[in-house]
Amino acid sequence: MGDYTAETINDFIHGRFPDAAFTNDDDIFSLGFINSLFAMELVMYIEQKFSVTIPNDELKFDNFRTVNCMAELVHRQALPAVGQ
Amino acid sequence: MTASTPPRTLDQVRDRASARRFVRDHIAATADEYDRLGRVPEPLLDAIGAAGLWAPFLPVDVGGDGVSYTALGAIHEEIGRGCSSVRSLLTVHTMVAFAVDRWGTEDQRRQWLPSLASGRIPASLCVSEPEVGSDATRMTTSARRAGGGWVLNGTKTWITGGRRAGLFLVFARNGPGVTAFLVPRETPGVEITPIDDMLGTRASMLATVTLRDVLVGTDALLGPESFAAGMVLTGTLDLGRFSVAAGSVGITQACLDACAGYTSQRRIRDVPLRELQLIRAKITDMVTDVTAARLLYERAGRLKDAGDAQTIMATWIAKYFASTAAARHASAAVQIHGANGVSARHPVARYFRDAKVMEIIEGSSEIQQITIADAAYQKAMP
Repeated sequence: MGDYTAETINDFIHGRFPDAAFTNDDDIFSLGFINSLFAMELVMYIEQKFSVTIPNDELKFDNFRTVNCMAELVHRQALPAVGQ
Repeated sequence: MTASTPPRTLDQVRDRASARRFVRDHIAATADEYDRLGRVPEPLLDAIGAAGLWAPFLPVDVGGDGVSYTALGAIHEEIGRGCSSVRSLLTVHTMVAFAVDRWGTEDQRRQWLPSLASGRIPASLCVSEPEVGSDATRMTTSARRAGGGWVLNGTKTWITGGRRAGLFLVFARNGPGVTAFLVPRETPGVEITPIDDMLGTRASMLATVTLRDVLVGTDALLGPESFAAGMVLTGTLDLGRFSVAAGSVGITQACLDACAGYTSQRRIRDVPLRELQLIRAKITDMVTDVTAARLLYERAGRLKDAGDAQTIMATWIAKYFASTAAARHASAAVQIHGANGVSARHPVARYFRDAKVMEIIEGSSEIQQITIADAAYQKAMP
């Protein structure tokens, strides 16, 4: 599931920025193309694609720094809360 | 619907048809008059609340009606067909209600959404500033942590509905980012200065809002800080743009309606204007553009309803097309009406003035052209 999630997110970003060269562990913010418009699209895409809702306290820089960070965020949101 | 749920009456349904009836019964006869007075009458604002039109997209559990964004667009189109000032008030109220619903904590949602759904507390959005307009990268209004909360300083202007708003959603610079705050009108240090004599949407009760050492609690912060804070502004403006796109379609439809009626009655050399080919060309262009613009905002609405990220660009495109079409056709409508068109006797003069505003608010046409072209180049990159 981890690979599928990461590759799906990678495909989305590459679909919008075909020229961008990055791996799933690269800091995409350092590439310079992330703005608030794309950040919004990225969050909307992840929420719709993986049927999760990302709470405010998870909308932080470190969770979106790399594709793998985003995939881990998706997995956390998809997991049932402890005790349920 | 369960067996115990009574069927809804016509007044309980929020859709295009109910909005059209509302415009017929409450707006059409008086819009020109209150446009001249520069203020939407309080009884009309109360009637909007009674009709459940302030924020019908909010969930039912907070007092909304849970209507889709597609339906919301149709409602705003119909209201815009009657009066752009009223639609502008709905737009900013919608933006704030959406932001609280989308990014609010449970406490914030419980505190504000029922009053926003009913319209008991009218809301306004504070983004634009006197020196930098709506350029968020140069925003000067500041937010700094102090006394267990935040202190806001700065001046916001062109605030639609600011004259009577009870709640302001204020965007302020907090370090490198821009953060959103919910600021009640009565907070000490909030000063309201009415702005009169605008070219268009004259009754939308604009104001300048000055914030002087306004102290708010930590519960005033709406949404995330850091890099994601910009999303609140982006998402809020996106819905405003959607509403303006729909309202612009309403203006074009109103121009078409007015011109079809006028050219059927008005005669030149014993021939109704409608028989002239140059008139028919203008009518054809209005029909074509209003149909296309409606399809564009409806597409954006369906994408919003699906939670699809493509809605953001679809909304940019819809707003750009619909607002420029409205300005073009409102100009044609005035031309068709001749001297009557520049008089106070026909509403096309109001449509013309209001349509110009649509090309400026929630992202000017030029900003939209830059954004849409940027996206095109990203996709077309070899």
